[in-house]
Amino acid sequence: MTSPIITATNLVRQYPGVRAVDGINLSIPRGICFGLLGPNGAGKTTTIEILEGIHPPTSGSVLYKGEPLGARYREEVGIQFQHTALQEFLTVRETLELFEQLYQQTMPIPELVELCSLADILERDTRKISGGQRQRLLLALALINDPDLIFLDEPTTGLDPQARRNFWDLVKLVKSRAKTIVLTTHYMEEAYALCDEIAIMDKGRIVSQGTPAQLLSEHFGDVVLQIPNVDSVGRLAELGLNAVQAGDMLEIRTNRLHHTLQQLMENGINLDRLRIRAWTLEDLFINVTGKKLSP
Amino acid sequence: MKKFLAVLHARNMEFLRDRSALAWNLAMPFLLVIGLAFTFSSSNKEIYKIGIVGGIEKLHSIAPALQSTKYIQFIPYDDLDTAIGKVRHHQMDMLIDVSGAPKYWVNSSSPNGYLLERIIWGAEGSRFERQTVEGAEIRYVDWFLPGILGMNMMFACLFGVGFVIVRYRKNGFLKRLKATPLGAFQFLFAQLVSRLLLILVITTIVYTGCNMFIGFNMQGSYWTLLLVTALGATSLISIGLLIAAHTASEELAGGMLNIVTWPMMLLSGAWFSLEGAQVWVQKLALIFPLTHLISAARAIMNEGATLSQVMPHVWVLALTSVIFIAIGAYVFKWE
Repeated sequence: MTSPIITATNLVRQYPGVRAVDGINLSIPRGICFGLLGPNGAGKTTTIEILEGIHPPTSGSVLYKGEPLGARYREEVGIQFQHTALQEFLTVRETLELFEQLYQQTMPIPELVELCSLADILERDTRKISGGQRQRLLLALALINDPDLIFLDEPTTGLDPQARRNFWDLVKLVKSRAKTIVLTTHYMEEAYALCDEIAIMDKGRIVSQGTPAQLLSEHFGDVVLQIPNVDSVGRLAELGLNAVQAGDMLEIRTNRLHHTLQQLMENGINLDRLRIRAWTLEDLFINVTGKKLSP
Repeated sequence: MKKFLAVLHARNMEFLRDRSALAWNLAMPFLLVIGLAFTFSSSNKEIYKIGIVGGIEKLHSIAPALQSTKYIQFIPYDDLDTAIGKVRHHQMDMLIDVSGAPKYWVNSSSPNGYLLERIIWGAEGSRFERQTVEGAEIRYVDWFLPGILGMNMMFACLFGVGFVIVRYRKNGFLKRLKATPLGAFQFLFAQLVSRLLLILVITTIVYTGCNMFIGFNMQGSYWTLLLVTALGATSLISIGLLIAAHTASEELAGGMLNIVTWPMMLLSGAWFSLEGAQVWVQKLALIFPLTHLISAARAIMNEGATLSQVMPHVWVLALTSVIFIAIGAYVFKWE
């Protein structure tokens, strides 16, 4: 196990009348993509902004490579905020050049342009690029100092599915360069696709943390069988199976898949449109927070 | 240094490429000067101005008939040479010195001086000793040009810098810069220098353009005028930086900018001279950088004042610049 790139101990952020972050402890190993998930108002952005050094915690500490956050930190981290604006009337190239000048060590702009697929829009005014192009530019700005640690705060919110998937490919490419990424997102499939480890926050606390596979097996030891709702729920109940209606399907939870299938077949239940659904991070999210996702 | 230059260059590009704002910055002062020049070119003042050295009370005891004459404004002066200079440049119609044997000065080429001379003879006989000074009249346009350009600079400095920084803060651009190694002072200094350069260029263009039409009076050194203009603009920009250092609300910033600009516009002598105003008003006006900028520019342009003569104004402008920038950088918030 490598030493953590960033650790947070007992982080608290108190606002008048509300404790946005309530005693968070984190230790993020180098080279992984760490996902911070949670419903609106869970304290994700406050937590990530404390880790970024943008806001100080009310109490607690953050260490980067074992040291308190200082001038070196500003040189070595890359940040993509949830909401940000750029200097107006500049082209994509000029914006990259502006930020390049703010750091001592930088990634060559041509390399960055290729990595983030910006070649086609280099000479375009930043006010006239699409949402997906803008997110790629913002990621390029976060990478311009060739950072060891990159924070991405809901980077794909508002993007169409295709642009979102393109952005995921880009993040995977960045991750392959041994960078550490801290990501907040509303999209569970995004967390599943990108994150090696996730922490689910609710009411300022971490309520669950681990790899996606670990968490799913911890919280759900069973699978879900879906069958068309042609047989009555009552008949399944006679067999000792607890079925709930989900749309036009019936869902049966079981941890004895073979036995349950045999039971259904023996009782002549039509399995033509049978589906076996694995639990998702969205199920996990609802399970641990009691809330539905609202992007 | 490279960070400062990068932010400076980016801000300059943003300003120059915003064509509508640039055109407005150029056209507004130009139109104002030309318009006012035509408006006031044939103005007739109804009130005669007489400067008094030695105290208005003493004048009252010596020449009560003159003092009770209507349509004459009496303006007290402490310094005889300053007052004589006003008569020389037709900024005052007559000067009376009652500190010793009563004397009066008129400009031999001033029609108003001639009429006042007739009045004083009629009212008081020939008890006043006549003195004359020579000097060309300073047209109203020569008097108000520094005021108009100064006022335009004030708006461009305060609102130009103040609103831009508040907008940057409101839309999150400053927060993005906070995440970089850029320091607050480097950022603020780049904003200041960018605005200063642009204002000097624009003011030079407007001055030169108007000069082609009107032909301004310029008695002093252009270099001294440039120094005073640059320091005046720096001081005004620093006020803008200070106002914008903390707030993310354009409405609040607009209110604060108005609170600063309106008194300056009214009391700094941009539109009308404060000679004859209450002493406390004149003292109050001295706290405004614009007062010093306009007074120094007028002295250089109309009276040929040298750098050493305008040095008190230069010191005030330099000191206020340093103080406002230092406080602005200290209280500056990225978010």
